[in-house]
Amino acid sequence: MKRRTILKGIAAGAMTSGLGLPALAKGVKVKIGYVRPETGPLAGFTGADDFVLSNFANSSTAMGLDIEIITRDSQSSPSRAGDVAAELIIDEEVSMMIVGGAPETNNPVATICESEGVPCISTLSPWQAYFIARQANPADPSTWKPFDYGFHFFWGLEDVVGVFTKMWQKLDTNKKVGFLFANDADGLAWADPNNGLPPVMNQLGYDIVDLGRHKVLNDDFTNFVNAFKQQDVDVVTGTMIPPDFITFWNQAQQQGYKPKMATVGKGLLYPQDVAAVGPAAHNLSCEVWWAPSFPFSSSLNGMSAADYAASFTDATGRPWTQVLGFVHALLEVAADTVKRAGDPTDPDSLTEAVAATNLDTIVGNVAWPGASAPPFAAPNVTRTPVAGGQWRVGDDGSLDLVIVENSDHPMIPKAGDIEPLN
Amino acid sequence: MILIDTILQGVMLGGLYALFALGLSLTFGVMRLVNLAHGDLILLGSYIILTLAGSLYLPPLIAALVALPIMFVLGWALQRFLLNHALHDDILPPLIVTFGLSILIQNGLLAIFTADSRRLSLGGIEAQSFAVGPLNIGVLPLMTLLAAVLVVLLLNFVFFKTALGRAFRATSDDATTLTLMGRDTRRVFAIATGIALVVAGVAAFFLATRASINPSIGPARLIFAFEAVIIGGLGSFWGTLIGGIILGVAQTLGGSIDPEFQVLAGHLVFIAILFLRPRGLFPRAFD
Repeated sequence: MKRRTILKGIAAGAMTSGLGLPALAKGVKVKIGYVRPETGPLAGFTGADDFVLSNFANSSTAMGLDIEIITRDSQSSPSRAGDVAAELIIDEEVSMMIVGGAPETNNPVATICESEGVPCISTLSPWQAYFIARQANPADPSTWKPFDYGFHFFWGLEDVVGVFTKMWQKLDTNKKVGFLFANDADGLAWADPNNGLPPVMNQLGYDIVDLGRHKVLNDDFTNFVNAFKQQDVDVVTGTMIPPDFITFWNQAQQQGYKPKMATVGKGLLYPQDVAAVGPAAHNLSCEVWWAPSFPFSSSLNGMSAADYAASFTDATGRPWTQVLGFVHALLEVAADTVKRAGDPTDPDSLTEAVAATNLDTIVGNVAWPGASAPPFAAPNVTRTPVAGGQWRVGDDGSLDLVIVENSDHPMIPKAGDIEPLN
Repeated sequence: MILIDTILQGVMLGGLYALFALGLSLTFGVMRLVNLAHGDLILLGSYIILTLAGSLYLPPLIAALVALPIMFVLGWALQRFLLNHALHDDILPPLIVTFGLSILIQNGLLAIFTADSRRLSLGGIEAQSFAVGPLNIGVLPLMTLLAAVLVVLLLNFVFFKTALGRAFRATSDDATTLTLMGRDTRRVFAIATGIALVVAGVAAFFLATRASINPSIGPARLIFAFEAVIIGGLGSFWGTLIGGIILGVAQTLGGSIDPEFQVLAGHLVFIAILFLRPRGLFPRAFD
C-alpha cells in the first residue's frame, strides 16, 4: 500500500465522524512548509512571526483543523531558501508551501515547488518581481508562461506608481522628481525605464533627475544632494533601506536641501524604522499596503485589522508593522485551502483548491485567477490594495501613519490631507 | 565649488572609515590578527551604548563613555580566553575563529534585539551644519573626523611614549625574542585587543548616531576598513587615517561621476596604491 492510500483510508475513517467541516480536512494532519528569513538582512520580514504563528495555532485548532506549520530559516540567502524548500518537500513531506520574504526568499522557493509539484502560496514582493523575474526570458513578454503550482498575492509596481504620482499631484510642485533607487532587485525594478516608474511619470509630465543606482548601505550621498539642490528638485523618491535613507536625509539637511516631498518605498514602512529618523520624519510619505485602519478582518478569528494590530502590540510590546497583516493573510489562505481541498494531504488536490480561492482576508480579498492582474499572470497573481500614507510626528515624538491618498481604493478610509514637508 | 564640497565630504567620510579601521590596524599591526569580526564587534558596541542610554537613561555621550571600559574588558577577555588559543604560526585558525565569532555576534544580536532598526538620537545635532564660505560642514561628520584624529593622537601616545607601547612595538617586531626577554606576549595581546575594542567603541558611537543600525550591517564596512589599513601601511596610525581619507575622497569623487562608480572608485585607488607601493604609504613594521 502506498503512503497516500493509507492516508486516504485514515481520512475516510475520520470523515464518518464529520462535524460540519467539508470533505477530508477534519482530523487529518496536514503539514505545511514555511520558508522564511529568520536571520540576516531580511529578518525584518519575520519580526511578527512568533505572534502570528501562535495566534494561528490557536485559531486553526479551534476550527478543527490539524495543521502543522514546519518552518525553516533561509538565512536571507536565496540558495539556502531553495535548499530548505527542497528539504521540506522531500524529508518532511509537506503537502503545501507558504513563503513571504522578498523575492530573494519567494522566488527560489516557488521555483523548487514548481518542479516538485507542490503548491506554493507567496506574498510580500511586487508581483512583477515574482512573475516576470522567474520567466525564462523576462525581457520578452510573448514567451511568458503561467506557473502550475505558484500562487501569489500582493500589489504590483503599477499600484505604487499610481499611489506615488497621485500623492505628488495633490501638491503644487515644479514636477521635478529626484531618483534615489538602490542598486538591488527592488530599486532596479522600480526605476526600470520600461516597466517601472519612469513611463508613467513621463506621461504625467514629470521631469526625472536620475543619477543612477546607489549601493545598498551607502555612506555618502553628496552627489545626490548636490544634484538635487542644483536642479531644484521638489520631490525625491526611491526604494532605500532605512540606514541609507537616514544617511541621505541627514546630508540633505546639513546641506540645506529641502524638497517639498520625500516618498520612499520599502524603507519607511515600519514605525521603528521611521522613529530612527527622528523629528525630521514629519510628513515623509510611503506606500501603505496594510494598516490598522484598513476595513478588513481575519477569516480565521474574525478580528478586525485594528484589533489584530492592537493585540500584537499588547502581546509583544512592539508597534504594528505592515508585514503583520500579510503573514496572517498567508496563513488564512493556507487554512482556507486545507478546508476546501478534496484531499488536504495531496499536493494536487490542494493546488486545485488554491487555484479556486476566493477569500476575504485581513489584507482584503484574495482570489485566483486574479481579476485585476494582467491576463497572462492572472492564474498565479492577485493584487491587494495599496494606499498612500504620510508619517506625522506628534509633539511627544509619537508616530502616526496617516492615510492621505486612497483614490484607487476608496474603501480604505482617508485620515488626512497631504502636506508638504516644510 | 561642488568639487571642493565633494572632496570635503570625502575627507569627513574618511574619518568614519579611519575610525572603523584603527582598531583593526592595532590588532593587525601588533598580532598579525585579521579580525573578521571587527565590524560586528563595533555593532555590538553600538548596541551596548544603546542599551545603556535606553535602560539607564544616560545621555548618549555619557553612555558611550561608560561603554568604553566595558569594551576594553570584553576585548581583553576575548583575546585572553579565545583568540590567544587560535593564534599560532598558522594564519588560518584566527581567520576561522573570528569569522565564526562574526556569525555568533550577528545572530546573538538578532535574538536579543530583533531585526528592528535602532538609532541613538543626539537630539537634532545629526542634521546641523555650519557654513564656511559657500560650503556647509555637517557637525556630526566633522565630529567623526575629529574623533578619528584624537584616537590617532592617543594611540600614538600609548605606542611611542609608554612602556606598554614599547611592549606592543616589540611584539610587533619580534614576538619570539620578547618572550625570551621574559614578557608574556599573551598578556600584551590581551591588552592590545582591549584597546582595539575601546577604539571600536568610539566607532560604535558614530555608527549608532549617523544612521540606524540593525544586527546585519556589521560586516558592510569591514572591507573599507581593511583597505584603509593597507593603503596607510601596517603599523602606522596616521597612515590608517590618511588611508581612510584617500578612500573616502576616491568614493565621493567617483560617486560624483556616477553613483554606480562610487565604491568601485575606492577599490581602484586601493589596487593602484597596492600596485605602486605594495607596503602601503607609511609602513612602519617590516615583515
